[in-house]
Amino acid sequence: MYIVGAYEHPTRKADDKSVAQLHAESAAGALADAGLSKDDVDGYFCAGDAPGLGPLSLADYMGLRLRHLDSTETGGSSYLIHVSHAVQAIAAGKCSVALITLAGRPRAEGLATGTAPRVYDAAAPDVPFEFPYAPTTANLYAMCAMRHMHRYGTTSEQLAWIKVAASHHAQWNEHAMLRKVVTVEDVLASPRVASPLHRLDCCVISDGGGALVVTRPEIARALKRARVRVRGSGEAAKHAMGGDIDLTYSGAAVSGPIAFAEAGVKPSDIKYASIYDSFTITVLMQLEDLGFCEKGQGGRFVADGNLISGVGRLPFNTDGGGLCNNHPANRGGMTKVIEAVRQLRGEAHPRVQVPNCDLALAQGTGGQLGSRHGSATLILERE
Amino acid sequence: MNPEYTMATHIGIRTDIPTPERSPETAPYWDGAARGELWLRRCGGCGRPHHYPRSICPFCFAPEPAWERASGRGVVYSYSVAGRTDAPYVIAYVTLAEGPTMMTNLVDCDPAALAIGQPVVLAAPPAEGGPPIPMFRPEVLR
Repeated sequence: MYIVGAYEHPTRKADDKSVAQLHAESAAGALADAGLSKDDVDGYFCAGDAPGLGPLSLADYMGLRLRHLDSTETGGSSYLIHVSHAVQAIAAGKCSVALITLAGRPRAEGLATGTAPRVYDAAAPDVPFEFPYAPTTANLYAMCAMRHMHRYGTTSEQLAWIKVAASHHAQWNEHAMLRKVVTVEDVLASPRVASPLHRLDCCVISDGGGALVVTRPEIARALKRARVRVRGSGEAAKHAMGGDIDLTYSGAAVSGPIAFAEAGVKPSDIKYASIYDSFTITVLMQLEDLGFCEKGQGGRFVADGNLISGVGRLPFNTDGGGLCNNHPANRGGMTKVIEAVRQLRGEAHPRVQVPNCDLALAQGTGGQLGSRHGSATLILERE
Repeated sequence: MNPEYTMATHIGIRTDIPTPERSPETAPYWDGAARGELWLRRCGGCGRPHHYPRSICPFCFAPEPAWERASGRGVVYSYSVAGRTDAPYVIAYVTLAEGPTMMTNLVDCDPAALAIGQPVVLAAPPAEGGPPIPMFRPEVLR
């Protein structure tokens, strides 16, 4: 199956738009990119950012006529899982043209996204035993970083290199929120958010959205766009295991090997990687867990510009990623797939385009790395 | 009292602690916490204790694990100094002597002197009308 449409909404602050409107504008963008129309869509996928009854409310708003719906919710990784589920649904004959959308406006709503404790659902069984201690997105990821440093000797300087690499890419993206190239020293000098993480270890807070269109080979071949084949996919859930907690690895340790096995490739074959970057530590742990380096060696791997396109061995997040470009709805999985599609089509910014990029990986996590999260890995190839 | 202890930065006594929601499934936990105790559930089938408490064992799915009082001793698994710099608090995971690792706050501590692996003990429940939730403090005050 093929990704034939991809669209990143250009807004980063949507004071005057509704969430449903952002979903629909993103959908229209992806369908136009594919050369398809709304009436071609017969499968629809969305996650917890969708208002109301998710796919029902948005199918109503957009006037979709569907025979397949999927509202799998694993936070920011949902959209990579949706791609995988769309491939399966199309293979099973349940739909032919699958639309996946994401949108949100946390910035316009003034949400203290990373640093305020938020009850995501009062009925969740974990909430009474965690929420009173004021867990936040930032401090949960910070505890992963603290443990990783303790176990493997990872340093704040090494983590900072991840932001530095993202900023080198973001300077070429006219839509990126943070386009200034930063240094390791800049990251370390930024205020402490939750030790050991600094402000510049964190992603941006942005409004926006994105959408993807997945379809079967017969339709994909009739379209004008370069075809991006979904060659492998994997998903996983990692949680607190009744108290048997290990914060040094992510669900990518499970979803990654599944995707690589299905694709029949290995990490060294990957020319470009989109790695979910809610925080610098998120990138480092996923790179290790996906096998781009030995477990525990992520700090050395990311240092000295190794993630910068044209400089290092593994160009990552060439749009600037969540760390510098865009993190719509506090969910970074969608933009990870979109930039991987750009790279495979040869449509990334010329200054960051990876030469002959025929095999790419997109990796997402969603929820909290420090408590419970979903993980999804996609391996995509240009045909 | 150790003078260093009284001089240490007393952090973590937040005034904004929300009262956790009780349920019949978890009432013994909160009753114990109100007495300054920590309670776990241990499975009669596989013998493993778990946290947070459930009425079905998350390891082997045997029903109704037995309640038992924990020693209240553990070591810091990981932590982060968070919150505003003028009102910091410490969130942590503590690995209990009984085995499970639980989320908590570290209180009565100098955040600059904390370390992973450091022994901690159950602290007295927060005073001033705050809800009794199990928190930990360093065993040896440094």
